[in-house]
Order: sequence, then C-alpha cells, then structure tokens
Amino acid sequence: MLRYLTPAIAALALGALFWFALHRIGNGTLDVREIKSPLIGRAAPTFTLPLVMDPAQRFDSHSMAGKVYVVNVWGTWCPACREEHESLISLSRITGVPFVGIDWKDDNAEANRYLAQLGNPYQTVVADAEGRVAIDWGVYGAPETFLVSKDGKVLAKYAGALTEAVWAEKFAPLVSQQGGAP
Amino acid sequence: MIRTQRWSALAAGLLLCVGAFAIDTEAAFPDAVRQARYEHLTQELRCLVCQNQSIADSNASLAGDLRREVKEMIAAGKSDDDIKAFLTARYGDFVLYEPPLSARTVLLWAAPGLLVLLTVGAATRVILRRSKAPIDADPEEPV
Repeated sequence: MLRYLTPAIAALALGALFWFALHRIGNGTLDVREIKSPLIGRAAPTFTLPLVMDPAQRFDSHSMAGKVYVVNVWGTWCPACREEHESLISLSRITGVPFVGIDWKDDNAEANRYLAQLGNPYQTVVADAEGRVAIDWGVYGAPETFLVSKDGKVLAKYAGALTEAVWAEKFAPLVSQQGGAP
Repeated sequence: MIRTQRWSALAAGLLLCVGAFAIDTEAAFPDAVRQARYEHLTQELRCLVCQNQSIADSNASLAGDLRREVKEMIAAGKSDDDIKAFLTARYGDFVLYEPPLSARTVLLWAAPGLLVLLTVGAATRVILRRSKAPIDADPEEPV
C-alpha cells in the first residue's frame, strides 16, 4: 500500500506547489523575472547629470536632501514607459511627491519632443546617455521606479509600468510613513 | 576523400562556433592576462535583461554597458572580487551565475549531494531486500 501511496502523495504535493505558483503568477502577485534590489534600505546612489531640457545645466541629486521623492527611469524607446506616462502625470499631480526622471540611453531631442507632446510628469528630468547612473541604481529594464526617503534611503523599487494601483499598494503607505509629500 | 573533407569542414565549423558565442568583435585588452580575466568575468556575470545569457553572450544594450564597466575596472587595476562586489551591490547575487554560499543558498548548494545520498540510500535498501528474498518467491509480486 505504502509503495503506491508515497509517489501519489509526492505527486499531489508537487502539483499543489505548481498550482500555487502558477496561480500567483496569474494574478500578478509573483513575478518570476523580478530581481529584488539590494539597494532597499540603503543610501540612494547620488548623481549629477545634465538636464534633458537644457543640457548646459546639471542637476545634483543632493538638492533633493530632506524630501521624499521618486526616481523614474525611462526612455522614449521603451513602450512600457509610454504605457505608464499618463499615470505618472496624474500621480505626480495628485500626490505632490516630486518625480525625478532619468532618461536612460536616449536621444535628447527625441526626449524633448516626447515630453512636449505627451506632457511632463517630472519636476526635473536628466539625461543618462551612457547608462552609468542606471547601473548605480541597479536598473535592468525600463521603466523602473524608486521611492527615496527624506534621509536619502531607497524605500521601494518597482520594475514595470507604474499604475495608480501599484502606487496605492507599494508607495503610498511609505510616503505616509515619511509624513507625506514635502 | 570527399567524406574526410566534409568531416573536417564540419569540425572546423564547430570549432569556430565556440568562439562565436561571445558578442565582442575585438579583444578588450592587448595583453593575454587581462583579456583572459575579462573573458572569464563576463562569462560569469548574468545579463539582467535576458537572464539566461551571460553578459559576454548578450547583445542587449545593458550587457554592453556592463562589459564596459568590467573592462574599465580591470583597466583601473581592480581585483575580480572588487568587480563582483561592485555588481552585487547594485544587482544582488542574481548577477553572479555562481551564487555565494549563504543561509538562503545552502539548500541550492546542498541539493545535488542530498539527492545522491537519497538515491544511493533507496537503491541500497531495495538491493538488500531483493538479495535476501528467495529467488522463486518475489515478495514484490502478488501471488
């Protein structure tokens, strides 16, 4: 009896595990491609980069000290960035949290045209033409969105198109903990 | 004669393929020592975009940027451990094809050994039981 029961139980247990994992992938609570960022809870990488609007000027991330802010990595070449653009615009308006855009490996003229046409959700948007700052942030795809605390630590990261629902679930509670937007 | 020519052409083609997996078209370093380190490191680092390719094999833009970082760090005299530490601080252990032994990966590292032990144990039990049984009355079969 046992020799038939053991494999049957093992198969059922394995089946249950697969079903559980597939179910979570199906409803979006498990992303197998997600890579947990080692930056969470650590000091946010600092950077100085030229502005997309005016490359002669540079933006220094130290100027954000004492504020909760969002870093959004995007590019005009990235379809999911286009997908999240409306959400970025409304979230930056509604929440009052400043959005700093990092335009990753992009053409500056193209980026200016894109923002003029679709609207600009960013308080500041800088150009990372060589992709070095993106590597410091551990970026492996676009879009990626980070939340930085008042004391300059990375609170959260989201890879993929940001939506109001994702914001409400992942970012909004952390912003409240920080005492809201500046 | 023709047959041997075909075989040698095939062998030569296969040998060429070995080198063809890397994306770089020219050597990163003029000296063999640093070039070997560069090739070894880029083979050991995972391309985060494609996830099943090393940064040496991938033509993704990020893989190119990571190869540039590795090349610059080797040129700057950084050790292999420094370079790996730089990348894991940003991308986590996932960037390494060979994850370090830690509480989280101990099962991963121990699994092959455990599976061998389990198989050997089960096989030994079955063999011992069968060797003790009388030849004509196999206890496994219903009479």
